[in-house]
Amino acid sequence: MSARTADRIATVVFIAIALVIISVLAGLLSFVFINGMKHISVHFLTTPSSNLLAGGGIRDQLFNSFYILLITMIFTVPIGVGGGIYMAEYAKPGKVTNMIRSCIEVLASLPSIVIGMFGLLIFVTLTGWGYTIIGGSLALTVFNLPVIVRVTEDAIRSVPANQKEAGLALGVTHWHTIKTILLPSAFPAILTGAILAAGRVFGEAAALLFTAGQSTGRLDYTDWNPFSQNSPLNIFRPAETLAVHIWAVNTQGLIPDVKEVANGSAAVLVISVLIFNILARLIGRMIHRKVTAIK
Amino acid sequence: MLDQTALAKEQLLKSKKVWTNGEVRGKIVVYACAYFMIFAAISIVIFLGFKGLQSFTKNGVSILEFLTGSTWKPADHSNPQYGAFPFIAGSLAVTLLSAFIAAPLGIGGAIFMTEIAPSWGKKLLQPVIELLVGIPSVVYGFIGLTVLVPFVRWTFGGLGFSLLSGMIVLSIMILPTITSIATDAFESLPNSLREGAYAVGATRWQTIRSVLIPAALPNLLTAVVLGMARAFGEALAVQMVIGNVKDLPHSLLDPSATLTTIITLSMGETTFGSSENNILWAMGLLLLLISFIFILLIRYLSSRRKIS
Repeated sequence: MSARTADRIATVVFIAIALVIISVLAGLLSFVFINGMKHISVHFLTTPSSNLLAGGGIRDQLFNSFYILLITMIFTVPIGVGGGIYMAEYAKPGKVTNMIRSCIEVLASLPSIVIGMFGLLIFVTLTGWGYTIIGGSLALTVFNLPVIVRVTEDAIRSVPANQKEAGLALGVTHWHTIKTILLPSAFPAILTGAILAAGRVFGEAAALLFTAGQSTGRLDYTDWNPFSQNSPLNIFRPAETLAVHIWAVNTQGLIPDVKEVANGSAAVLVISVLIFNILARLIGRMIHRKVTAIK
Repeated sequence: MLDQTALAKEQLLKSKKVWTNGEVRGKIVVYACAYFMIFAAISIVIFLGFKGLQSFTKNGVSILEFLTGSTWKPADHSNPQYGAFPFIAGSLAVTLLSAFIAAPLGIGGAIFMTEIAPSWGKKLLQPVIELLVGIPSVVYGFIGLTVLVPFVRWTFGGLGFSLLSGMIVLSIMILPTITSIATDAFESLPNSLREGAYAVGATRWQTIRSVLIPAALPNLLTAVVLGMARAFGEALAVQMVIGNVKDLPHSLLDPSATLTTIITLSMGETTFGSSENNILWAMGLLLLLISFIFILLIRYLSSRRKIS
């Protein structure tokens, strides 16, 4: 076989591989949308799920998913941004920095089920809370922190050095420079990364299985007092999220319309993640334009 | 007059004080955040280590039996047996097999993006890869359950719940990880390598095969190892398609189980603190240790990269 034919064959093979990857995604998305869109209706989105009967919706699961995401972000973003600032600005090469970097690496590579087990041990059993939203959120915080740290570190490092030097040269202190120069210009990148991470948190199930639980009590959406038992805002109640719901109805569901509920939920989940992706891009670009005046 | 100067001085001192306070406070907050990371990682290791060792220290399970025994009967009260070897083997098998499928596809995709069609290939494939990363693992599992399992059952026979189904689902899940890191690997190669090869008359394929792939090899291996680490830790998607039986699989079409799937299944059904629950924590600890091995492997590969 001449070199030329081998080259042609190789080119065809690489194009074929690219086509395979594209068709896998096309297949997955079209499966989810074609099967799922039929079942998404206002009724499906606003009815509580049923354990035994057909016709249940995903109202509570959808709310729980967003609520757990919100609480996770309240924990993760400040700590993660702080950690990222440390890594980009304060970390001196040495043992401590290496240690922190290793710890971030360990946290980032832990299987999510292991984080779920850690959550079960600490936030469910040791504290005696049982399955709670706060327990689930704290477990997800552990899972999400390394991502936010890395995003922040990269964002701050990619701010041009002369901006920081200009601040320091004016006699502004280091922290003040970080606060008023570095963070604002790194903000679009941090926000984009945080929203992308939010998409990941939204779809996570394994870490929540043993921390936020697989059931939701009866919720009263007229009760917005976070301390009352049936309030959706109560953080000490068990909460099944949408991703956990998909897993639960498929593997242990007793309802007759498992297929319909699972298809609809999968479509809602994928659409939400897609919205997070698109939002991340749009908002990032918009703020970048506003802050830097680049057209 | 005197009063006013005193006042001004006082104000100056005050504002100076606030200024340094902010500096110190900011530093404290940032350091606290960084040390929190160490605290979190160490407490995970300590708590899971302590809890995971309980079944060996308290329940008297032999580590050797746990790692090599092939009979799993933790609930049998007269003669409980804790052989987790079938699950360890299942985990290793799906991880390696999915890497075998995903590595050529991922690296091939990366080559397509960087070498074959550098102008538009990346614009086309990059969003595809990002979307594949974004799809939650339960959705992969759900599609595997409703499409792949029946497909395997009809085409190859058997139950459909099999090592093969688990392997295919996992390979799709780790494909984006491998592709994006491999793409970075090829992009970071200096252009002079390509130009040198073309200058001596090599075709594009010869350049890729004998110059670019060897040059990028440590990074490509890192990509594959990261993909394998992800496959090894994945729980729910695999659990939905692999069948979860307690025997060693003998062929690709046999149902099987992995460490993660057994933990997922049994954790809720056993009482916390019982011996059949403790052994699950030992499996969790094993998962933790294996993810450390993956980190060390990646470190080793990247240290090789720095030397060359």
